[in-house]
Amino acid sequence: MNTQTYSKKLLKHFRNPKFVKKVRNPDAIGEVGNLKCGDVMRMQIKVADGKIKDIGFQTFGCPAAVASSDMVCELAKGKTLEEAKKFTNDDVVKELGGMPLVKIHCSVLGIQALRKAIEDYERKNRSKS
Amino acid sequence: MKQIYFDNAASTKTDEKVVEAMMPYFGEKFGNASSVHVKGQEAKHAMENARKVIAKSIGARTHEIIFTSGGTESNNLTLKGLFWQNFPEKNHIITTKIEHDCILNTCKWLEKQGAKITYLDVDSEGFVDLEQLRNSITDKTIVVSVIHGNNEIGTIQDLEMIGKVCREKNVLFHTDACQSYTKTFLDVKTQNLDLVTLNSHKIHGPKGVGTLYIRDGINLTPLFHGGGHERKIRSGTENVSGIVGFAKAVEIADKRDVEKMAGMRDRLIEGILKIENTKLNGAQGDKRLCNNINVSFNNIEGEAVGGYLEQKGFCTSTGSACASHSLETSHVLKSIGLTPVQGNSSIRVSISKFTTNEEVDYFLEVLPSIVNKLRRISPLR
Ligand SMILES: Cc1ncc(COP(=O)(O)O)c(C=O)c1O
Ligand SMILES: [Zn+2]
Repeated sequence: MNTQTYSKKLLKHFRNPKFVKKVRNPDAIGEVGNLKCGDVMRMQIKVADGKIKDIGFQTFGCPAAVASSDMVCELAKGKTLEEAKKFTNDDVVKELGGMPLVKIHCSVLGIQALRKAIEDYERKNRSKS
Repeated sequence: MKQIYFDNAASTKTDEKVVEAMMPYFGEKFGNASSVHVKGQEAKHAMENARKVIAKSIGARTHEIIFTSGGTESNNLTLKGLFWQNFPEKNHIITTKIEHDCILNTCKWLEKQGAKITYLDVDSEGFVDLEQLRNSITDKTIVVSVIHGNNEIGTIQDLEMIGKVCREKNVLFHTDACQSYTKTFLDVKTQNLDLVTLNSHKIHGPKGVGTLYIRDGINLTPLFHGGGHERKIRSGTENVSGIVGFAKAVEIADKRDVEKMAGMRDRLIEGILKIENTKLNGAQGDKRLCNNINVSFNNIEGEAVGGYLEQKGFCTSTGSACASHSLETSHVLKSIGLTPVQGNSSIRVSISKFTTNEEVDYFLEVLPSIVNKLRRISPLR
């Protein structure tokens, strides 16, 4: 796997991300990163029957951050919350065909944002029941 | 796809005339400049001729020029050489917060050896405050080292004024002129310079060669000990082909190119600033390097801008934390007062004498839609 440069696949997701959007009436939001060290990511999900029906992101970040956000959305869409929780950043990096090692810390934001969104969803729904 | 090289502050294309001038020194004229025979003297002659050319270009005397492996070495030699020469009687060095890493990291290392370093602040355009400089000089001060043209934001310091203060206070004055050399006025006499760092690869010469101008009578402890080359200050067989190429690059540097670049620079700046919520970093006009443009785009990340520009063929650079080895926002951008987000939103475009008007037009044509697209992707508003 590539550990030096951005792969073709990563660049594709950076240049033409499919999941950049604000989800309409989202059920939950996950926001991670901080402006001081760089990248910031916001992920929104819509859940139905325990599955992620819709997902979208917005990212302030480098190519690795943008591509990882997009890949996380692609992986998570249609999955149950339990399945989605099991994804790791290794999965994301692998799916993207690798990236420079110094960029791994940017890519983790995608998974973190997804997990935070799921947590947000579960918290809201616990309090409802 | 056509590549458009807009990263000339990182390095420049070696001019064909330079390559041509160097070729014989890889072939027939391979001698060691220290050898007394014909082959050695041939090399020595070429090297001394190069020394003359470079000395003349900054108003120095020929023997005051020492050849090194480049800007990094010349800056290390200056600070470490002067420190070891003067320590422990004197231990204080004054520099600025916007130096190149090879000055700043040398200073950090010297602090561990017992040096006291003052890092001068700069204003919002990157200029040193002369009063702060004056007040920082003590009887322990060895040298004041200030970068001439800044490699990130292009600001050109007023060396003459800084030199006056140093002369008044009787401390040595060094400048790192790697970025400014051949692009703006540099003269060791009128600017009261005691040491000057120059390198070759920023001016269409080869990499791995530079000089240190050392005013007559200044002693410094060498970094390299050996056969006593370069007046015993820098041992090691000289890089004759590189030195010849460096001098050729100096010889062919042309004032008209500087004017041409300044015109393109201003056209680029003007065009870029037409995009909403965009800010120029650094000084303007004559106080800015003729080839440097540095801007921050609100709410989008610099490396991402560079990534989209690359898709259109452009090579640029950024001060963003993400793109740096240290994962920190550029220290220069922080020093001129940018917030981390503004710093992380910056790109640097640096042109050369080879840049064409068509390239400038094309850049200004593609940039707005790139910025718009990234602003749509960004969660920041
Ligand atoms: C201002 C400045 N100083 C020093 C250097 C280092 O020079 P070199 O690459 O020749 O070691 C550079 C460029 O890399 C520079 O821009
Ligand atoms: Zn990043």
